[in-house]
Amino acid sequence: MQESTDILEVGVWRGDVTGGQLVSYQVPRQSSQTILDVVTWIQRELDPGLSYRFSCRVGMCGSCAMMVNGIPRWTCRTHVQKVVQDNRLTIEPMRNMPVIKDLVSNMDEFFAKWKLAEGQFHGRKTRYDPIEPLLPDSPRRLAASAAIECINCGICYASCDVVSWNPAYLGPAALNRAWSLVNDERDIGQQSRLNAIAADAGCHNCHSHANCATYCPNELNPTASIAGLKRLAARAAFAGKI
Amino acid sequence: MIIKPHRGQPLWIAFLLHRISGLGLAIFLPFHFYLLGLALEQTETMDGLLRWSDYPLVKFAEFGLVFLLAVHLFGGLRLLALEFLPWSNRQKTLAASAVAISFLLALGFLMRAV
Repeated sequence: MQESTDILEVGVWRGDVTGGQLVSYQVPRQSSQTILDVVTWIQRELDPGLSYRFSCRVGMCGSCAMMVNGIPRWTCRTHVQKVVQDNRLTIEPMRNMPVIKDLVSNMDEFFAKWKLAEGQFHGRKTRYDPIEPLLPDSPRRLAASAAIECINCGICYASCDVVSWNPAYLGPAALNRAWSLVNDERDIGQQSRLNAIAADAGCHNCHSHANCATYCPNELNPTASIAGLKRLAARAAFAGKI
Repeated sequence: MIIKPHRGQPLWIAFLLHRISGLGLAIFLPFHFYLLGLALEQTETMDGLLRWSDYPLVKFAEFGLVFLLAVHLFGGLRLLALEFLPWSNRQKTLAASAVAISFLLALGFLMRAV
């Protein structure tokens, strides 16, 4: 493939929890090159001290998300050709998360919020009980399926302005997870989940900016999931359940 | 507020428009009610202010005001529908429709005024 120019000007955020800055690198352009390829090339050829996180390289594990030209993206599946501007790239650690070093973000709070949103399954049966039949085309199963393919990459969380305005907000990923479990007919923890998602840090914070739905690499729609939680919480409030 | 790259998408712009129109109306309404209040005791002052509204520039400002009012109304209806009705994937279309209807309403107001 013919590229417009041979060298990319790449600004990579270098630093740690005490602060940092963009450092410029020149990276040879290649065909079908991904952002992760660029970061890996810098580490191998220019600066072995560069820290970043990745695992599967095929868009399944959700560990390589970074800010690319100001937008959170899964870097292993983002081609340079798609996002480069004037032959320049800016690569920074994820927004709304504390940085550990360079491009590595601390995702502790992000995952802690999954627990706070009751993102865990509460079953009533044991492994010795027969498997409960679930109709794959039932409305609740379809609603759960629409929300279930999350890979925990944190892109929605990094793109969410409400998280940056209210750090206590559970965020789109955790609430999307809660919505998939609200629609799980086998789950018996619905009241505690309802209390969690309707609390101060819950679904009612959402301003429906839809940044999460815009940038989710798996094309999920957390805004729709959160709207579902808002309806659920409103019905529960009228019924006196919360 | 800086429009950072991640905010450059239609539904975030719809949010911004809703917030700006809401703030604009919050600033306007106290003056509006004050003017209405003048009808009770200071009718001459009120008439003077109403004549002031005949100036073309003020008419044009009123066009903006009607637009803000309408876009806040229809944008708000979209948000209420989003939160209380079954989900629709046509949010961008609905937001654009709210802007289009509001513009037409405000334009109709301006055409009548001039």
